[in-house]
Amino acid sequence: MLRALELRKDFGELTVLHPISVDFCPGEVHALMGENGAGKSTLMKVLAGLYQPDYGHIQWRGEIVSFDSPHDALTAGIAMIHQELMPIPDLTVAENITLGIEPTGPLGIINRQTQRERAIELLRELEADLEPDRLMRTLTVAQTQVVEIAKALGRHADVILMDEPTAALSDHEIAALFRTINRLKSRGVAVVYTTHKMDEVFRLADRISILRDGRLITTAPAHELSPQKLISLMVGRELADIFPPRSVPGREPVLEVSGLTREPAYRDINLTLHRGEILALAGLMGAGRTEVASALYGLQPAISGLISVHGKNVVIDSPTTAIALGIGMVTEDRKGLGLIPALSVRENISLAALNRFARGPLVRHTEEANAARHQLQAFAIKASSPEQPIHQLSGGNQQKALLARCLLNEPEIIILDEPTRGIDIGAKAEIYAVIQKLAAQGKAILLISSELPEVLALAHRIVVLRQGNVAATLDASRSDQESLLNLAMPL
Amino acid sequence: MPTLDRNLLHRFGILIVILLIGLGLSLTTDTFLSLSNLTNVARQVSINGILAIGVTFVLLTAGVDLSLGAVVALSGVTCATFAHPGEHNVMIPIFIGLATGAACGITNGVLVTKGGVAPFIVTLGMMTVARGLALIASGGRPVADMSPSLTNLAGDVLGIPIPLLCFAGVALIAWIFLSNFRLGRYIYAVGGNENAARAAGISVTKVKLFAYTTCGLLTGLAGVVLAARTTTGQPNAGIAYELDAIAAVVIGGTSLAGGIGTVTGTILGVVLIGEINNGLDLLSVSSYYQAVIKGVIIVGAVWLDRRQSRS
Repeated sequence: MLRALELRKDFGELTVLHPISVDFCPGEVHALMGENGAGKSTLMKVLAGLYQPDYGHIQWRGEIVSFDSPHDALTAGIAMIHQELMPIPDLTVAENITLGIEPTGPLGIINRQTQRERAIELLRELEADLEPDRLMRTLTVAQTQVVEIAKALGRHADVILMDEPTAALSDHEIAALFRTINRLKSRGVAVVYTTHKMDEVFRLADRISILRDGRLITTAPAHELSPQKLISLMVGRELADIFPPRSVPGREPVLEVSGLTREPAYRDINLTLHRGEILALAGLMGAGRTEVASALYGLQPAISGLISVHGKNVVIDSPTTAIALGIGMVTEDRKGLGLIPALSVRENISLAALNRFARGPLVRHTEEANAARHQLQAFAIKASSPEQPIHQLSGGNQQKALLARCLLNEPEIIILDEPTRGIDIGAKAEIYAVIQKLAAQGKAILLISSELPEVLALAHRIVVLRQGNVAATLDASRSDQESLLNLAMPL
Repeated sequence: MPTLDRNLLHRFGILIVILLIGLGLSLTTDTFLSLSNLTNVARQVSINGILAIGVTFVLLTAGVDLSLGAVVALSGVTCATFAHPGEHNVMIPIFIGLATGAACGITNGVLVTKGGVAPFIVTLGMMTVARGLALIASGGRPVADMSPSLTNLAGDVLGIPIPLLCFAGVALIAWIFLSNFRLGRYIYAVGGNENAARAAGISVTKVKLFAYTTCGLLTGLAGVVLAARTTTGQPNAGIAYELDAIAAVVIGGTSLAGGIGTVTGTILGVVLIGEINNGLDLLSVSSYYQAVIKGVIIVGAVWLDRRQSRS
């Protein structure tokens, strides 16, 4: 019914989707599997009209179509339910469900009665017990999702694309979602979805497509695959090729955390980071990894718990304090918390360490420029000059520039939150090399990554977080992906 | 400063427009190029210039200050109140005027940073409060009888109007500050991406407080200069001054979204607006039409600029 024909998508110089052809059938649940950055979300967004393909076509009911906007796709019958849901919080459930297709009387006045009835009807179809007059902002994530699905149904969507719908759900909410999906199936809707959870796929999917580095590896009926087979297809490459060898960590504790709590994100977190050690924080989305890192860097301090640096108890209330204590962080949110887009590469790199290039309040331009040029070389950052605005750089080069910014302060403790998200394999390998080099120099590194192979190959020890708790602390050399996934999976 | 180079082309564009309009005016009128007219333009431009430099700081942090005109009036009134002949040393009224402006600026800054109220609302409130205070302090009447030692500040030194010297001095200091001081860089960073600046260890609160206070201080200076020029502290002075100031800054290439802009751009914007005002006067265009023409030119200039920068 829906068919991708040789779809390709580039972001700047980076090809995130190599020509992909795949088809989706009515009444079928089709899972897209792959590591982060494999291209699953991109493929969905192209199908849903959010992105325009750089090459190839979408075939819809036998005709070649092109969707200029999500609205076009929706009108044709293709709806996407995003990972981050996008409801309008101050409208009611009924108003959200009928958003854009409000039943109107003469003069365009909305007919509230019909609007409510239509919403109730759709919710009943999904067996959802939801009051249509409730405000969206009072709903849980799972309920919001149901509303989004009802919204899609209300538009007579024949294809529903779901990007990690279960990532933020509890187990019985997942069960409810599965019932909904089965109902959609029996109505002849094609459901396409992504997940990181192995057990789910085999319970739900009829067919599975595996993507890796923007390429479609294979599409197979679910019963022909096993979890082991699936993981090996997802991971694919030989890890030894891009991961440099680990050095031996020291014994001296640099950072100790005990009882760190900030409800509801995380509670009673205990961990110790040693000199020269790479400690990974693993876990699923929403397990509290980024939140713990934010507390250690002062972006969002914890409510209770003790942090000590070099054996001294400290209070980290802002990034300024953290930097003064020798803590540096490269955040996961490159756009939101990292880049100053209008400033040059030089100005971005020197930003956190500007006092090093200043005499009193005055910036010494020569020293600053020299340091920036040095960092450009040391991190192989590809920029036409240090004066190029940083927003013109590719994702990988931006990421290396932010790493360079963080390291210019010569921190002893380095927090790296998803340092390789959304960058190509070459830049990844370079960043892995930098991480190992830093550890060899005796820096203590706290690494957060959703890519399990990365965690296993880089870290000395792994702290697994599950729903805000420490589920286990493991020796990386004696762990594998499956045991990590099992520990990370919500109980 | 590389931000200068980046905007060079843009600046070049405005410069050409300024020169073209100047050429047109010198051909169509006898008076435009006369010394007396040019000093007059310089005098008129100076107050808007001082305000525009001040509000550049605020706009760079992605804020806005709508209270400029009202604070000009309030500072003028407080300054004039202490400027009666033979009462105080001339430095006292000047200081009082500057302090009044700075106090308004600090108040704006505190409400924006600690209070978390949107700059538009805070400074809109300050606009009416300051206007009200100016009327209260003066009893609604112009505060006249100012000492000549203060009103002389509107005069000349070696043939150069003192207000112009003030503007030039302020512009020079602001330029040096923004391009060479750490705090200057931080202003760009905060305006460019506030959260990223905070994550890089910059105190966003301090930076914004500084920007609003500087803007207030310079507004106070503009109030003092205006009082000296008109030899009175007028509680009704300065109405809509903020609009000309903000227009000049935006024409000069500063982004209302913050993080982009330069002092030289602002200076050129000020000159362009001053030239247009003067030109329309010289061509004896009715003030009704002047308002329309000016509005069209402001929007047109910014529209052209954005179109150019997008391509």
